[in-house]
Amino acid sequence: MTQPTKSSAAPPGSGVPTMPVVPPQASGPVSDPPPGAAPARRTAFAEGVDQVRAAATTEPGRLRIIGALLALLVVAFGAVTAWQMTDRAAAADDVLNKSQPLSSAAADIYRSLADANTAASSGFLAGGQETAASRERYEQDIDNAAAGLVQAAANSDPDSAAAKTVTKLNRMLPEYKGLVERARTYNRQGFPVGGAYLRYANEKMQEDMLPEAENLYKSENQRLRADYADATPYPWAAIALGVLALAGLAWAQHRNYQRTNRVLNHGLVAATATATVVLLWLVVGHSVARAGLNESYNHGVRSLNVLHDARIASLKARGNENLTLVARGAETVTEKNAKGEEVTYDAYDFDFQKDMDTLGKGLAEAEKLADDSTGEKPVTAAVGNMKVWKERHAAARNDDENGNYEAALQRVIGSKDATGECFDSVDKNLDNALKHEKIEFEQAAGDGLDALTGLSVGAALFAVLGAAGAVLGIGRRLSEYR
Amino acid sequence: MRGRRLRASLRGWGGVGAMAVVCALAAAFAMLLPLTQPHGDGSTGTGGPGLTHAAQVAADDPCTDPAIQNAPEKQTLSPSSADGTTIDKIKARQGDKRKLIVGVDQNSYRWGYRNPNGGKNADLEGFDIDLVHRIAEDILGDPNAVQFKAVPTNQRIPAIQKDRVDMVVRTMTINCDRLSDVAFSAPYFKTGQQVLAPKSSTITGYNDTLANKKICTAEGSTAYTKLDDDKKAGKLVSSADISTTVPNQLDCLVRLQLGEVDAVVTDGALAASQAAQDPTVQLKGEPFTTEYYGVAMKKDADDLVRRVNQILVDYRKDTTDGWQASYDKWLSATLDKDSTQSEPPPPEYLRTS
Repeated sequence: MTQPTKSSAAPPGSGVPTMPVVPPQASGPVSDPPPGAAPARRTAFAEGVDQVRAAATTEPGRLRIIGALLALLVVAFGAVTAWQMTDRAAAADDVLNKSQPLSSAAADIYRSLADANTAASSGFLAGGQETAASRERYEQDIDNAAAGLVQAAANSDPDSAAAKTVTKLNRMLPEYKGLVERARTYNRQGFPVGGAYLRYANEKMQEDMLPEAENLYKSENQRLRADYADATPYPWAAIALGVLALAGLAWAQHRNYQRTNRVLNHGLVAATATATVVLLWLVVGHSVARAGLNESYNHGVRSLNVLHDARIASLKARGNENLTLVARGAETVTEKNAKGEEVTYDAYDFDFQKDMDTLGKGLAEAEKLADDSTGEKPVTAAVGNMKVWKERHAAARNDDENGNYEAALQRVIGSKDATGECFDSVDKNLDNALKHEKIEFEQAAGDGLDALTGLSVGAALFAVLGAAGAVLGIGRRLSEYR
Repeated sequence: MRGRRLRASLRGWGGVGAMAVVCALAAAFAMLLPLTQPHGDGSTGTGGPGLTHAAQVAADDPCTDPAIQNAPEKQTLSPSSADGTTIDKIKARQGDKRKLIVGVDQNSYRWGYRNPNGGKNADLEGFDIDLVHRIAEDILGDPNAVQFKAVPTNQRIPAIQKDRVDMVVRTMTINCDRLSDVAFSAPYFKTGQQVLAPKSSTITGYNDTLANKKICTAEGSTAYTKLDDDKKAGKLVSSADISTTVPNQLDCLVRLQLGEVDAVVTDGALAASQAAQDPTVQLKGEPFTTEYYGVAMKKDADDLVRRVNQILVDYRKDTTDGWQASYDKWLSATLDKDSTQSEPPPPEYLRTS
């Protein structure tokens, strides 16, 4: 092993793999013509081709070419591996540390805004004597939304659609809050214009802010999916180059064996070993990472999305339930029922029923996706809460339709056995389920990301070693011709 | 040499090109001219379709009769306390459903509203609500046998036509247009359109000071119809912007306070309610129309109309717990201590069928 280093590679210097091939010997015979007659017409490329062609006629020349190609192949393999895996590791890191948290943050912004609006309308239903709990809830929601917007703004690229949405929401939030504050002030003075302000605030929230928040949630989810798509595909270019490098090394060793009858060339064996290690590491590491990421998607992100959607549906349902009482039958929709007859429904109650359907479907899906009892328990509990909610809601509607507005009001925002309790329980259980799924996601995605640790740096390092080995191995043979 | 020739040949084409451009411009101008023409005299342009529309509905439009148009409040049936099919149906309601279903407002301060500090029961209260309780007491024997339904201004007529409510008691003006859709009781209140604006505003009333001002009205209100008609007829300064309409007159106060509009036009009775909620706004000028509020019912509910008219006669006569008491309780503070300006005229019952 020490022998070849002394004899061949050392003199040309620097130990850069491609360098020792071309210099002194080859330049002798071919460089004679150029200094003579027409230097302008010959390109460097043509000269190089001539040189290679001339070199290929002798065994040392061929060896130099083979050495150069092998070194190039191994280095290219290492470089492409490093490049592709850096990309994938970065994307996987984004999934875990950037796009998923942002997607959750966007869902939280939506939730906070919708919940604030619901709290405000509950406050209106309760009249001037708003309870401390509902006021605190509203303030907490506004704080959460504002904090979420700051986080989303910090993490979105300037000029992106998400950044624009965040800017819009940032502008509208204080406007909304101003309207609600005015509504409160007038409510306390006993003037109905407070209710008018609340309607205006509600309109702003429903028609401008919530759709924007939904857009943000959607675009963050898109980014998450894009990051997954960047992190999981097999690095085919690197794998192909690895196989090619190994095949080249095998062929060179076989050729060596045929010409010299020597079985092992230390340099080439070392190059083969390092290339094999890199290729195995690449394939195994990426497969493990991929498995982790796929699991984080199937058991984490999908559950999280379904749970977020269910939570939003329950919020919308609660908001519409409140508005049914706020509007007192002012808005109606006419729909055809199963028999094709036109039936008039209360518009808000109609939306409530739709939201409850969405919630039911979401919870069923979440139950299916939950893969352990800890994840399933809160969802099952939420399903139970939802059933009670529906029963109590039906009773409240019955009261309202019979003109017992007071009784209906107590069944919805009252302190005992009201639908508000059910909504709060659904919300709390969904929150627990979300927390659990988030941990599962972080574990799986973290495992996946760990599998990629050091891969790109290692691949680059090993490739340099392998290339050096190939050059040294060929140099060992070359030295026999001096 | 070559360049100069090129320039020369270009110059040759330049002349042709210039002629082509002139021709194209002339053609475009000629084509656009007929398009711009109708915009030039918009008044006659929009007048055309309006006239044909009027001709189409003339057959059953009460407004074509000048007697009805001038005094629509007289087009009601004579009072009677006899039950008929409509009242029988209401009385036949069972259990919790044995209630009079009435469309009201919950946003008109002192007319029909929910006092935010009125406690947990969230009862509606006001001048209109008192009348509703009186009607329920008379028909069903219980003043509280009422199911209140909040109705936006532009949903009052559809709510009656689609049987969502038995009647609407919601500061509803009797006018000839509405007479073709619903039946009205005799008038129970007199008011007129008035302008409401901030005290500091340059607006002085329903006049040219409204130039370039944004005016808010409720969707489907008589105020909007009046402004629209006046603007078309040139009685309202044409630069006044009346495009802002809202579901309820009170929403106009919100827009006014937020500076989104400069003035509100609504019934004086309601404008006074708005001014009572904000000391920085006031009524500007005198009422520029005379209108009467009536109870609206389904067009064929003759027995109910007669019954309500009988109730109104009694209600006006009742000195202890009738019209005057309700006025004193709810409206004397926001309108005038003296109720004479708001009192309806002695009823006339000119409708025969």
